Amino acid sequence: MAIDPTLRSATISVLVENEPGILARVVGLFSGRGYNIDSLTVAPVEDGRNRSRINIVTSGTDMIIQQIKAQLDRLVPVHRVSDLSMEGPHIAREMALIKVIGTGDKRVEALRLAEAFRARVVDATTESFIFEMTGATDKLDAFLDLMRPLGLAEVSRTGVAAIARGTRII
Amino acid sequence: MSQSQTAPQETTQPEMQAGAEVLLRALKDQGVEVIFGYPGGAVLPIYDAIFQQNAIRHILVRHEQAAVHAAEGYARSTGRVGCVLVTSGPGATNAVTGLVDALMDSIPIVCLTGQVPTHLIGNDAFQEADTTGITRPATKHNYLVKRSEDLARVVHEAFYVAKSGRPGPVVIDLPKDILINKAPYTPAPPATALHRSYRPNLIPDGGQIAKAVAALKSAKRPMIYTGGGVINSGQGASDALIKLVRKTGFPITNTLMGLGAYPSNDPQFLGMLGMHGTYEANLAMHGCDVMLNIGARFDDRVTGRLNAFSPDSRKIHIDIDRSSINKNVPVEIPIVADAGLAIEALLAAWDAEPVQVDTAALAKWWQQIDTWRGLDCLKYTQDHAKGAIIKPQYAIQRLYDLTRETGRETFISTEVGQHQMWAAQYFRFDQPKHWMTSGGLGTMGYGLPAAMGVQVAHPDALCIDIAGEASILMNIQEMSTLAQYRLPVKVFILNNQYMGMVRQWQELLHGSRYSESYTAALPDFVKLADSFHGVGLRATSVDQLDDVIREMIASDRPVIADICVDQKENCFPMIPSGAAHNEMILGAEHGNRAPGVTDDGMALV
Ligand SMILES: Cc1ncc(C[n+]2csc(CCOP(=O)(O)OP(=O)(O)O)c2C)c(N)n1
Ligand SMILES: [Mg+2]
Repeated sequence: MAIDPTLRSATISVLVENEPGILARVVGLFSGRGYNIDSLTVAPVEDGRNRSRINIVTSGTDMIIQQIKAQLDRLVPVHRVSDLSMEGPHIAREMALIKVIGTGDKRVEALRLAEAFRARVVDATTESFIFEMTGATDKLDAFLDLMRPLGLAEVSRTGVAAIARGTRII
Repeated sequence: MSQSQTAPQETTQPEMQAGAEVLLRALKDQGVEVIFGYPGGAVLPIYDAIFQQNAIRHILVRHEQAAVHAAEGYARSTGRVGCVLVTSGPGATNAVTGLVDALMDSIPIVCLTGQVPTHLIGNDAFQEADTTGITRPATKHNYLVKRSEDLARVVHEAFYVAKSGRPGPVVIDLPKDILINKAPYTPAPPATALHRSYRPNLIPDGGQIAKAVAALKSAKRPMIYTGGGVINSGQGASDALIKLVRKTGFPITNTLMGLGAYPSNDPQFLGMLGMHGTYEANLAMHGCDVMLNIGARFDDRVTGRLNAFSPDSRKIHIDIDRSSINKNVPVEIPIVADAGLAIEALLAAWDAEPVQVDTAALAKWWQQIDTWRGLDCLKYTQDHAKGAIIKPQYAIQRLYDLTRETGRETFISTEVGQHQMWAAQYFRFDQPKHWMTSGGLGTMGYGLPAAMGVQVAHPDALCIDIAGEASILMNIQEMSTLAQYRLPVKVFILNNQYMGMVRQWQELLHGSRYSESYTAALPDFVKLADSFHGVGLRATSVDQLDDVIREMIASDRPVIADICVDQKENCFPMIPSGAAHNEMILGAEHGNRAPGVTDDGMALV
């Protein structure tokens, strides 16, 4: 069988036992085996069942992404692994806090674009704004590109949280 | 079930005992009979508890790495979980090589490490190391016990994890206060209880098995290739494998880790495959049209250059670890299952499938294989004149013949290097679990402690470490352990005064510049054996060889037999790194036919 060399991006959600070291285990797996991490988020979910969800955006050939899934799945505290990008439509969102410093026309333009992108102003001084924006990664990227010439000073992004559309659950 | 619902609720508190006692009780419940260990401040409470009981035996090694290798030998020769106990800090770091070795070769080990008390963790306390951090990539799983009430549960779980699915080493890091404080005992969950997250699949998918059988029956040039997974699955898997091979009439090869799963004197066995595998096994792998891999992982030592590996075959891969499938080599029919259960399923499906194998094609394939066999790739010439130098291959062959003559159960372990490959090529195995070698990690210093662990489990058997003079020095201190416990392990050194395998690569790939591969000032191994309360023997010429082997076997004490062999001998056949199976170098007997090594190959290990 031939190996398909095309690279693809994958959004993988992992349901894990919420125990010490679990994040190190997952991250260590990626660094130890040379897989990419483009984005990573983790937080407890499902109160009472002591579980966390880790969302990882990675990229590689299909063979590598299958391998990543299998490697994650054999970690002892891992309950479930799901490649959201392969298993039907899904929603992926991240949030960013974006600080733009500037005055005059640039400041006005930043605010106007923020409105167009539905970014919220969560802090303002006479020479700065902090915008809060939630959306798909490419939307955030597009907004940041626009802010760069307008005084983009600092960005804090959450990384991607993702979930399957419809009734399907991980 | 109403009965259990109406049964009176257990209201009494679980019994409280010191953590160290709870630990030993859990080990006993897990069937542990022997611990290989080394004491230190952090584990003194465990040693105190060990002192006050008789159910579990403790073998005091001389280095923590050796404790892990000994537990590996114990585990691999018995099919049980090996148990190790080491102290915090340096005790744990010394164990790391053994842990990685067990990880690479899928050996079930539970390693207990001492830790500084919980309130000191993170303070750079004396003999503190971040053991769970250091061993995370060195183990299948690890635990730090921070609460007394978790202790017993974690120990039970560690054994479950070590032996379930693809086996491997598990570390339990035990802070000293947890060992001293009172802890409740909880019994092991019943074997039927499901672990909350780790539930490896053992049962093969029927549809995949049917596809596999259809592919196998359509084969004109089939090949069966099996590895350590068959050994790990147990005797039943080997028995079923023999049935399958006989029933199909197909040729079979084993990996280094898989030797013994199929009787090596059987005519359907083509010998080991891979870098130093036989000509016929490698060419059959290269030329087959349907390949059945059972419990092997397409390791680079087996495949050679990946893009030239068995280019025309449809591949079936049975492995208990899904991540082994499609990792290096894409396969058409993956089957995630226990090797033994999968072989049983193949046998059943084979009988149920009416299509018959193409016997004419199979006969032609065997003719081809016999032509390759006719080359006699393991041929060497031993001069039998008095005083003639011993060929290392001949030394192994005589060791095999003479141990077989005794009819005693024989276990062979090895160090790493040429001697290891010669042992794999010239010693013949006809049962699983009798061959211990460091395959994945290639750890020099493995063989002596591994043989020690085997001897502990099989006190009456003949346990021989086939060693190189360089490797043996890496854990030579264990001669002292052998003396203490009267373990009559035999160390059979093929002494070529070189790190032979390094010298061979330097000769073939680096213009014979023997950089640092000659060990000057080697010890006198006969005197060394003597100083360790063992027996030292030496053979310097071929006429002395049999007598030395016989004396070694007959001795009821630890023996070092220093077999001085031809220093320039190389190990062939050899597929150089980065070459394909059909680009094998053959030995001097065959005019050293060589394909040349590519630049890419030079960069490979
Ligand atoms: C711990 C460790 N260090 C280094 C190596 C690399 N290495 C592989 S074989 C070898 C030489 C072994 O020499 P010897 O034990 O004399 O065996 P021979 O090849 O001569 O039979 C070396 C250094 C290794 N495998 N393990
Ligand atoms: Mg040597």
